[in-house]
Amino acid sequence: PSVGRMLRRAAAPEAAGPVQQSMTRSLAERLAPTVVEIANESHMHGTKSSESHFKLLIVSPAFEGKTAIQRHRAVHAALEEEMPLIHALSISAFTPEQWGEGGDALRTSTPSCRGGSKAD
Amino acid sequence: GGGAVVHRHGRGGGGGGGDDSHSDFQPKRAAVPEGAEEVKDLIKKQVTENPVMLFMKGTPREPQCGFSMQVVRVLNAVGVDFASVNVLAYPSIREGVKLYSDWPTIPQLYVAGEFVGGCDIVTSMYNNGELEDLLKKEKLIEE
Repeated sequence: PSVGRMLRRAAAPEAAGPVQQSMTRSLAERLAPTVVEIANESHMHGTKSSESHFKLLIVSPAFEGKTAIQRHRAVHAALEEEMPLIHALSISAFTPEQWGEGGDALRTSTPSCRGGSKAD
Repeated sequence: GGGAVVHRHGRGGGGGGGDDSHSDFQPKRAAVPEGAEEVKDLIKKQVTENPVMLFMKGTPREPQCGFSMQVVRVLNAVGVDFASVNVLAYPSIREGVKLYSDWPTIPQLYVAGEFVGGCDIVTSMYNNGELEDLLKKEKLIEE
């Protein structure tokens, strides 16, 4: 059920704020992904911002032969403008082949937050 | 200096971890440099001296962020002693560690002086056995 909710939230155009829209564009331009799903999870954390925490699922042939760290760094590089604006980004990065094999089982759940970073 | 910057969290009751609640109320800023080069040297020292070093939000007993808490859980699950720094108490370390690893977020786990990853990567390595393999290879947990 949470996967369905995440997809609907990501798909609803009115739900995507400016940072999220910018992220979608940057990823499309720089990593040519076959799948991009961005979930805004800011409401799950204790921050004031409405675009502070995101969960990203991205499938791209650009990840072929890359370790997890290399894939995450490629995403950070693609999101060079957006990263300074966000507190946390959870990344799941797969090649099209991995995605085809794993499907829904590859989606991860976000750790629940105990009130967020109070000092932020 | 006032208070310990690095908390040591050991299953055998490692030194420095027991009194960390009161040390949080001591002025700490004097203990940590503000200059970029000095902070970089301090971080290098911390990751070299502590074979498992976690830069996190909050402390292992009181994490201030779900992602940091998850990494603590994973480290406890594999049963390794580790050290941590609460970046919320030290803004220069919070920024310095991002430059050091060229990684934009906290938490950050280092093993044997090398940056291993944040919450996603550490959790994934735990699930597929890579984390235990790495810790065994570095003789930080038993076979």
